[in-house]
Amino acid sequence: MFLAILLNISLGSVSIPIKDIFNTFLDPASVKTSWRFIILDYRIPKAITAIIVGSGLSVSGLLMQTLFRNPLAGPYVLGISSGASLGVALLVLGTSFFSGSILATIGFNWSIALASSLGAFSVLFAVMIAANKLKNTMSILIIGLMFGSLSSALISVLAYFSSADQLQQYMFWSFGSLGNLSWTEIMVLTGVSFLGFFMVLFIIKPLNSLLLGENYAKSMGVNIQKTRRITLIATSLLTGVITAFSGPIAFVGLAVPHLTKLVFNTSNHKLLLPAVAISGAIIMLICDSIAQLPNSEFTLPINAITSLFGAPIVIWLLIRKRTLS
Amino acid sequence: MTSAKKNIVDLQHVSIGYQSRKKHTIIASDINVQLHKGTLVCLLGKNGIGKSTLLRSITNVQPVLSGEIYIKGTSIRKFSPAAFSKTISLVLTERLPESNLTVYEIVALGRQPYTNWIGTVTEADKNFIDKALNETNTHHLSDQKINELSDGQLQKVMIARAIAQDTELIILDEPTAHLDIHHKIETFSLLKKLAQEFGKTIIISTHEIQIALQLADELWLMKENSFTAGSTEVLIDNGSLTSLFSSQLITFDKNLKQFIIK
Repeated sequence: MFLAILLNISLGSVSIPIKDIFNTFLDPASVKTSWRFIILDYRIPKAITAIIVGSGLSVSGLLMQTLFRNPLAGPYVLGISSGASLGVALLVLGTSFFSGSILATIGFNWSIALASSLGAFSVLFAVMIAANKLKNTMSILIIGLMFGSLSSALISVLAYFSSADQLQQYMFWSFGSLGNLSWTEIMVLTGVSFLGFFMVLFIIKPLNSLLLGENYAKSMGVNIQKTRRITLIATSLLTGVITAFSGPIAFVGLAVPHLTKLVFNTSNHKLLLPAVAISGAIIMLICDSIAQLPNSEFTLPINAITSLFGAPIVIWLLIRKRTLS
Repeated sequence: MTSAKKNIVDLQHVSIGYQSRKKHTIIASDINVQLHKGTLVCLLGKNGIGKSTLLRSITNVQPVLSGEIYIKGTSIRKFSPAAFSKTISLVLTERLPESNLTVYEIVALGRQPYTNWIGTVTEADKNFIDKALNETNTHHLSDQKINELSDGQLQKVMIARAIAQDTELIILDEPTAHLDIHHKIETFSLLKKLAQEFGKTIIISTHEIQIALQLADELWLMKENSFTAGSTEVLIDNGSLTSLFSSQLITFDKNLKQFIIK
């Protein structure tokens, strides 16, 4: 993990020797001011974002896979990301319908974050209301997926009526990006994520008994409704805040739990949760390092990298081990 | 309510069935039955008669339509989920979701009602787990993953989990449905031993009438419009078993102690 962080910080469009990275902290005077600036205000924030995004999405994915007992579940099955996308789409694409004043007053990054959080949480709210009425966990999954397609449909309608500029702006957000976060934004991201992680600690035990199915879990004294509620809230906090600041990042949440389960060969959440969080962080750091295209001017969209490099790895692992759980 | 206190299970005027907004569907009504500690009961009846519904009602998964179910003298509606999980454990027929759990981890899950908030297994818990594994002869499987087990082994492991839960009452819904005759008898003998030696009260719903007749202390018979309970000998003698199935096809032979085709 430390190596991955170091690798991530050392790579970028400007090449900075590793020695000077250490010196930024140990002996700031000896390092070029521009390099110090790049490291402290760009690369380190980006590394922290990568760690939080990677672990947050992976943990959410694991929670959803256990709760829905479905290997295809990920952090986005509840429609949270579609909700966030819809929020952003309304803001960016819908400015011709509404007024552009929100953008101007509080700044682009913050208004995007606000819009996507609002979108994510309103979808979550709808799903939670449905969840309270339904006993069947599978129905919640389907309702989440339905909200997802509803939002996508609305986004398509919005996209159809917007200008090329607006579309491009929206597309850039949907590519996902780990950079460009200020320290204040990182504080918010970290704070909310830690709240989410903290909640997860309390559901480790019920999650383990859910591995035997809801009926067994209930017979062992697990309050299914409460566990479900905590899981949904933790997931949406994590996914919501991450999507808000870095866009809908695909694949990590679905794949990392599988990779970790295959590597560690366990289902026990006490082991699995920290393992998934760390693997998620490392994988995200590596993907981001690749996205930088070391020593070149270009930065690829992070979404393309996560899928491009992650999917073959999962396919390869599955074919080799032949089981999926 | 002195009689209720002595009995582990006490059903009084219980009607079971499904309740929806529009109507009640009554499956069986006015069931009155008591169970003493250490009894092995087999619940018999044809498919769809309501055996599972009755078990779901006793385990508080499904509310009763009327009447009251007492466990150790307390109405099941007054149990907290935590207290209930220390009183009743279950073995179900449903398939387990795919997972990488080991046998030991599954049996250890049975200790959940007793472990702390994060599920730390203490030395005392480990003793219970080891005892459960030994009693079911599954100790050698401890490190195996559940997807590597045969149906017979898996069923023993699930019974071990119920034993580890250390409850006075164990309820099993068709525990031998997928097993061959050897494993069926093995499972029933194990349950018989648990009832006799460890004083567990055990309720099993089953279609294994031959085994049930030989091993059960008591039988509960569910028929279209009636519920009969009693010791095996009494029920054989008074002809209750004869009417268990549609009598045009098969009949119960009292001398052979088995059902024969007419």
